[in-house]
Amino acid sequence: MFKKILIANRGEIAVRVIRACHEMGVAAVAVYSDVDRTSLHVRKADEAYPIGSPAASESYLNIQKILDVAARSGADAIHPGYGFLSENPRFAEACVEAGVKFIGPTAAAMEMMGSKTRARQAMEHAGIPFVPGTSRGLESIKQAERVAEQIGYPVMLKAAAGGGGKGMRLVHAPEQLKSALEAAASEAKRSFGDDEVYMEKAIVNPRHIEMQILADEHGNTVYLGERECSLQRRHQKVLEEAPSPIVDAHMRRHMGEVAVRVAQAANYTNAGTVEFLVDQNKKFYFLEMNTRLQVEHPVTELITGLDLVHLQIRIAAGEKLPFKQDDVHIRGHAMECRIYAEDPDDNYFPSPGKITLLLSPSGPGIRQDSGMYEGWTVPMDYDPLLAKLIGYGTDREQAIARLTRALGEYFVGGIKTNISLFRRILRDPDFQAGRLDTGFLDRMLKRKEALEVDPQAERVAVIAAGMFAALGTQAAGAGEQAAANGTAGGRVASNWKIAGRKEALTSD
Amino acid sequence: MIYDITIDGKNHRLELNRADHGGWACRLEGQQIEVDAVLARPDVLSLRIDNQAYEVKCERVGNELHIWVGSVRFAAEVRDPRSLRGRSRAADDYGPRKLIAPMPGKVVRVLSHEGETVEVGAGILVVEAMKMQNEIKSPKKGTLRKILVTEGTAVNAGDVLAVVD
Repeated sequence: MFKKILIANRGEIAVRVIRACHEMGVAAVAVYSDVDRTSLHVRKADEAYPIGSPAASESYLNIQKILDVAARSGADAIHPGYGFLSENPRFAEACVEAGVKFIGPTAAAMEMMGSKTRARQAMEHAGIPFVPGTSRGLESIKQAERVAEQIGYPVMLKAAAGGGGKGMRLVHAPEQLKSALEAAASEAKRSFGDDEVYMEKAIVNPRHIEMQILADEHGNTVYLGERECSLQRRHQKVLEEAPSPIVDAHMRRHMGEVAVRVAQAANYTNAGTVEFLVDQNKKFYFLEMNTRLQVEHPVTELITGLDLVHLQIRIAAGEKLPFKQDDVHIRGHAMECRIYAEDPDDNYFPSPGKITLLLSPSGPGIRQDSGMYEGWTVPMDYDPLLAKLIGYGTDREQAIARLTRALGEYFVGGIKTNISLFRRILRDPDFQAGRLDTGFLDRMLKRKEALEVDPQAERVAVIAAGMFAALGTQAAGAGEQAAANGTAGGRVASNWKIAGRKEALTSD
Repeated sequence: MIYDITIDGKNHRLELNRADHGGWACRLEGQQIEVDAVLARPDVLSLRIDNQAYEVKCERVGNELHIWVGSVRFAAEVRDPRSLRGRSRAADDYGPRKLIAPMPGKVVRVLSHEGETVEVGAGILVVEAMKMQNEIKSPKKGTLRKILVTEGTAVNAGDVLAVVD
């Protein structure tokens, strides 16, 4: 087993991996950019090293700086988390060259899955069902028109190097094709430095369901069940659950076996996720493979009773999978809410700033993977994911009830979050009935919600406002105090204050 | 103590006085109410009003005050009627309107130019923060009088970006 693991990430996922390290008796090394000195992962780690300015390219994406810290700290493995360098084959390769174990798949497997067109070619070869379209980049508008005619409109244009909805265009009719192709190619060029764009048949109101797999370095690959990820906004997942309300044991086995074949076709090792689009007849198509730990991995952990990060680390250390496919059982239902620093009342604009008050939920069936704390200032430089609230229950209904209850206990003050969005989703009758597809959230948000204000609550607010005023500063939390003494937040005392105190002590 | 309190735009008068037993004597719009309050921690009150229990949170950001009763948020303003401070100015819907940066970030694109006629909701510029590009839209139909930033400008929440008249 490793002695020391460097976590090349920040936020909740860095904290998640640090926790796994400590549970396994492994020391955890954090890296941080200038704006992250006060971040939670630095507080939780055993060692922490600065790696430069806030821009990710100067810090969390800088391969050399991270490998330097690995060498300096004597770390024998690196966990990349998700995002940043996690799916960068050059980084995986550089780790091999530096003699540090990369906790994830090989560079070759990543490369194959990193290009969506190359992945499609390999899957075509392995006989995996995928959405009809081209397995190579489009070469001309003429070719695009011909293929679109063949597979039928609507079609989807996608960047080969893409992800997160960038370089993607839905085309309903031939006359829109040319401008959409140009727009997708230029967006792909800007976002990924690669203008290769391919075409797929657009599946109307699909579900997005993914299968978790694990593969050791001795040729054993298993699937751990699916996650339903159809609730998305701007192609970003918002709420995930496992199992999917529409997948039964038979479909799960079928999908799982296809996912295992996908992984094996790429000689895949460690944790990975095979994404599928599922149409209204429950027919599923290979979409892509994510070669990393997913944000939503906790829902799979809860229903399988496995710890995916522990298993990632053990696999990377050369251990065999400690169980077989038949030993994997699914029990209960889990659901995850991604708590983002964004304002639901103002177009979901990001809302960085200081957290003046934090009340965290707990109780039966509630897990929280968080990267925030009260008094911390959320920097504007990174992804707005603050925490994940995960509910678990005997069945879907109980998981929803527990999450709803926990959201009522949850309070993040000082910044805006999307907590209210989840209350709305969880009480939506279609959601409760499991009628989900990738257009669900957009449709729900278009409907204005009738707000009824409880007159009693308003009376309570009046009394409380007066009470807070009457109690004065003793009732004021972090927000008010920071405003009063002008601290930037997070830091306990400035350096000169500390130096001053030290001097006062030694002069006695 | 007497307070004039505005909750979501509605005015209320509240009288609060310490009672003998350490509790509070409370009158809302002249009507007596039995209130038992415990400050559970800074910014969190546990209130009992006629034996109904509430957890109330107080959120202070800049000059804004919000009171949360359970999961419902109320914009609050508290004034001491004896003081002259805290009189709010009426919001001005006529004349020039400013486009304000809703969050700190960087201007990545300017979509219109000065002098151009713009519709309500027309995208004027794009501000990037937390990996997200956000279009800042015109609050009214009119002429784009001024653009105060250029592509690449770093902005703070509340900064004026442009003016539409």
